[in-house]
Order: sequence, then C-alpha cells, then structure tokens
Amino acid sequence: MTELEKALRAARDKGRKLLVPYVTGGLGPHWIEALMAMAAAGADAVEIGIPFSDPVMDGPTIQEASARALEIGATPPEILTALERSAVGVPLVAMTYYNIVFRGGHRRFAHSLAAAGVGGAIIPDVPLEELDDWAPAAAAAGVATVLLAAPVTPDDRLAELCRRTEGFIYGVNVMGVTGARPSVAGSSAMLAKRLKAVTDKPVLMGFGVSTPEQAVELSTEADGVIVASALMRILLDGGSPEQVGDVVGAMRTALDRG
Amino acid sequence: MPESLVPACVQLEAAFRDAWASPDFHQRLDALLRDYAGRPTPVTECGRLSAELGVRVLLKREDLTHTGSHKINNVLGQGLLTVAMGKGRVIAETGAGQHGVATATAAALFGLECTVYMGQVDIERQALNVFRMRLLGAEVVAVKSGSRTLKDAINEALRDWVATVETTHYCIGSVMGPHPYPWMVREFQRVVGDEARAQCRSLLDGADPDYVVACVGGGSNAAGTFAGFVDTSARLVGVEAAGGAAIGRGVPGVVHGSKSYLLQDEYGQVSEAHSISAGLDYPGVGPEHSYLAATGRARYVAADDGEVLSALQLLARFEGIVPALEPAHALAWVMRAARTGELPAGSTVLVTMSGRGDKDAEQVMGILER
Repeated sequence: MTELEKALRAARDKGRKLLVPYVTGGLGPHWIEALMAMAAAGADAVEIGIPFSDPVMDGPTIQEASARALEIGATPPEILTALERSAVGVPLVAMTYYNIVFRGGHRRFAHSLAAAGVGGAIIPDVPLEELDDWAPAAAAAGVATVLLAAPVTPDDRLAELCRRTEGFIYGVNVMGVTGARPSVAGSSAMLAKRLKAVTDKPVLMGFGVSTPEQAVELSTEADGVIVASALMRILLDGGSPEQVGDVVGAMRTALDRG
Repeated sequence: MPESLVPACVQLEAAFRDAWASPDFHQRLDALLRDYAGRPTPVTECGRLSAELGVRVLLKREDLTHTGSHKINNVLGQGLLTVAMGKGRVIAETGAGQHGVATATAAALFGLECTVYMGQVDIERQALNVFRMRLLGAEVVAVKSGSRTLKDAINEALRDWVATVETTHYCIGSVMGPHPYPWMVREFQRVVGDEARAQCRSLLDGADPDYVVACVGGGSNAAGTFAGFVDTSARLVGVEAAGGAAIGRGVPGVVHGSKSYLLQDEYGQVSEAHSISAGLDYPGVGPEHSYLAATGRARYVAADDGEVLSALQLLARFEGIVPALEPAHALAWVMRAARTGELPAGSTVLVTMSGRGDKDAEQVMGILER
C-alpha cells in the first residue's frame, strides 16, 4: 500500500471526512504560502497542479490559473523544487496531463515527484487502457497512481478502476469540466454509492465543490472531497493565502461538524 | 482521453464497426456522396501548368464537392452514425471553417442540432465561413483561450463533449483524436484516394502516378488520398505548413487523445502553430501520418506562406482554378520540387485539391493588395 493511501485511510478510519484542496503550482509568488495555509487549515492532503497548456478537463478557473502560471514561466522542475524545499506536513498529490509526463519520461518524472515529496499523481487524460507505461514507473518510485471514475463509467469498468487505483479513487461529481457550480449534481451521490460498494479504498469526490455546505453534502456517501476552482478563484482575484486558508478552514469545520 | 469520454469512444467504435460492415450503410452513404455531395469528383489534367513546370500535374478535385472541400465526405458518414447512435446533437471544431461548414451542412441535412467551436483568430480571418455556418442553423462559439486557433477549438469542443456526451456526438474533422477517430475518418476519406487511383489508371494507361501529394494539417485529405495509393509504387508526399510542421519540427507527444509528432517545448507544453492557412494552423498531426513518416512510406515536407501565395496565383492564372490556402501548400511544394529537379522532369504528380479558394479570397486580397 502506498504511503498516500496509508495516510488517507488512517484519517478516514478515525471517522474523519477527508478534505483535499488544490493549488496550481507556480501561480504567482505566493502559491507555496497558499499550500502551507491549506495544510495548516486542516487539509488531509493537497493536490498540486502542474500546469499544462491544453487542460481539456478543466473549466475557466483552472484554465486561467494554468495559463497565468505558464505565462510567468512556471515549469515542472521549478514547481517540484519549490515543493522539495517546503515542509508541508501533509501528503501531496500532483495533478497534470499526460504529455507533461510523457515528455519528461515516465521514470524520470515519477522519480522527480518522489524526490519532491509528492506521493501520488492524478493524470486525468490517461484512461485505464493506457496505464501500462506510467503505473509501473510510478509504483517503482513509490508514487500512487490515482484514477478517476465518472458518472457514466459502467459497473465493470468502475470495479477495475477501483482495483487499479492507488491512494484513493477520484470520483468525478458531474459530467463536465472542473469549476464551481451552484448546486450538487444528483450524479454525485449515485457515483459515490457505487464506488463505496466496490472498494474499501478512500473515495474522494471532486469537480464543482465550492462551499462548506457542498463539501458536507458530497461527503455524506463518500469519504471526502477535493476542492480546486473555488480556491484558485480567490488567488486569481488577488486574494491572499490567508483567505484561501480561511475557506479551507471553514470547510474543515463544517466537515468535522458533519 | 478522460474517463468520462471512454464509454462514448467505445460506443462510437462499435457503431462504426457495425456500419462499415453493413452493405445497407454503404448504400446509404454512397447515395449521399453521389446525389448530395456530387461524387465522384473528377481528376483534372493541368495542361498549361504541366508545360510551365515540366512535370505532368493532375488534380483530384475535392474543391468541386458540395460545400467546397473534402470535409463533406467525413461528415456525411459521421452524420449517419450520429443518427444510428440515437444522438440528436453534433459538435465540431473548425480551423479554416470548412469542417465547420460541412458539419453544419450535415446537421441540417439530418435534422441535428449543431455547435461549432472556432478560434477567435480564425473567426476573424474566415468571416464568410462563420456566416455560412450560422445560415445553416449552427451555433458558432468563439474560442478565446490559448492561441485562439484550431488546437484551442478542439480543447473547447472536448470540454463541451465531456458535459454532453450522452446526447451529443463529437464530429471530429480530421484523422486525429482518440481511437476510433483517426481510423474512422481515414475510412470516410478513402473515397478520395480510391476514386483517384481508378481515375489515374484510366488516364495513365493503367499506371499509377509517380508522386501523390496532399497538404497535411491534421491530415484528413492526405490520409484519404494516401489510403488509395499506399499499396502502389507511388511516392507519397505530405506537405505541412512551415509554421505548423509537426512531423518536420515536432517530437512525439500525446494530446487530444493520440500519440503523434507534436510541436512542444522541452517540458511538454504544446506550442502555437503559425500559418497563413487556418486549416493547417495546428501543432499536431494525425497519428497515422507519424507512422507513415516513421516507416518511410510517406515523406513529409513543408511550404512557407510566401510560396503558398505564389502557388495559389499560379494555379489561378494557368488553370482557372483558385485553390484554398491549404491545398496551395501541396502545389507550392510541387512547384518548388519541379524547379529544383527533386521532381524529375516528366514525372506524373497527383495533387489533391482539397478545397476551393472562395473562403480565402478576402484574406488573400488583404495580403496581395496591401
């Protein structure tokens, strides 16, 4: 079992709902501070976006965050170096697109993640059928390969995704791209139930989680939530790392209250 | 490809396999290609141009089809599949606007809703095609992210598709994207090569042309053309835009669901292509072209904007045919290679005239009369 999964299981098994906020690596001078604020506010792990020029699974906010980070010169090595120098204190999971991994070289990229203290990777454009280059390289470096499941994923495929995922299974709440939404989709609870029925691994739901109320609602069936666009919106609009930490803290409090 | 889209790709592959094996589907598609699109298109012998260049130039006239480019071949096939899959809406990306116009046309023909994603830059340089699409009942969405050209239009179409996949078919216009698209689109375009091969044999006393040349952006007209000649001794030449030469200047990458040569930086960020031709303004290329390049079965060369404009004018003046900027790339290479002797004097060269120049007239006027 990967270190990431051990940590998430341990927290979950204590009865805690998991909270995994996201930050785009290289987004301005304060992204590491935002990451630290998230950890301090009670994140169980933090997802670090390694920006890609063509993020097809992302909505306007993460697109903007990625584009801005790239404009000011963010690169995978610089982001990972910055992480390596920071003692965050919670598990880190990278999120990027496959061409970044492919170009970097599967083994080299996996080792660079491990060296930076990143224990898992989410690569949303790698389907089950195309895992055979990445997953073994990641495993050799001790990096968990986190897979995503969608509301339209058929049952047999869902079971296979849960079997092969490491760290946790990432349930995609809605058919659509990332981004804040006014309400929780009905597809979310259904998917969370289906996932919980076939796996004991932590089930985290993401896409469109923007308020403490939504975080609570979405983690009723699931083990926790991933929050991204709502936090990046704050940074993009000039908000401070402290403000980001406050929102994460409010979600933490709401989740702990249940 | 994201997990959300995998079931749709699986469904599409099954639908295409069934259809492609069905005589009934072929009968319906052939009837549409004949009675609606105007096939077969002729092969035109270019007497004056051949005398000028010293090589025998034949043109496969996809510019004469309904809607003015080879794109109609593919959308009629995918339109039939959309109906067969019970989906009521199609989306498409477009660069030059030809595939957008073709998709909007098929949507009107089959009674489907249609949304076309087009980069803001392309909307400005292809205003006529934007109007045509709207006239045909399609919604045209301006894409303002990234380089605001074809690559970004594909990103935005994929984002739409992730949200609407249960009721919407993504009608990809080129031999790219995830399986089954590169294969399926090539099969829908092979009518170009199959017809041309028979027509050339009839013109050339049973022989095949020495060279078969087509322009390559994503590479659909080239894939369809090459499919008809890949098992002959004809030399296959794909001509990329100098500013978007994925095979010429790219390295392997994975984007939009396929692994192929890709213009990108050392970290894997996709570069922006730059070409006078919106249809070739794409940093990637269909994976089969990368394969044909890697095996050496086809050769890929590039033409720059200046020689493309010269080629366009030469064909207009010598043959009375105004080509689109995309196939003008193929001609530009033929002109250059004939002059340098790379094309031996007396060779027979088939060039796929993938589209007509009407859509580019305003843009070319702006450049030539500046």
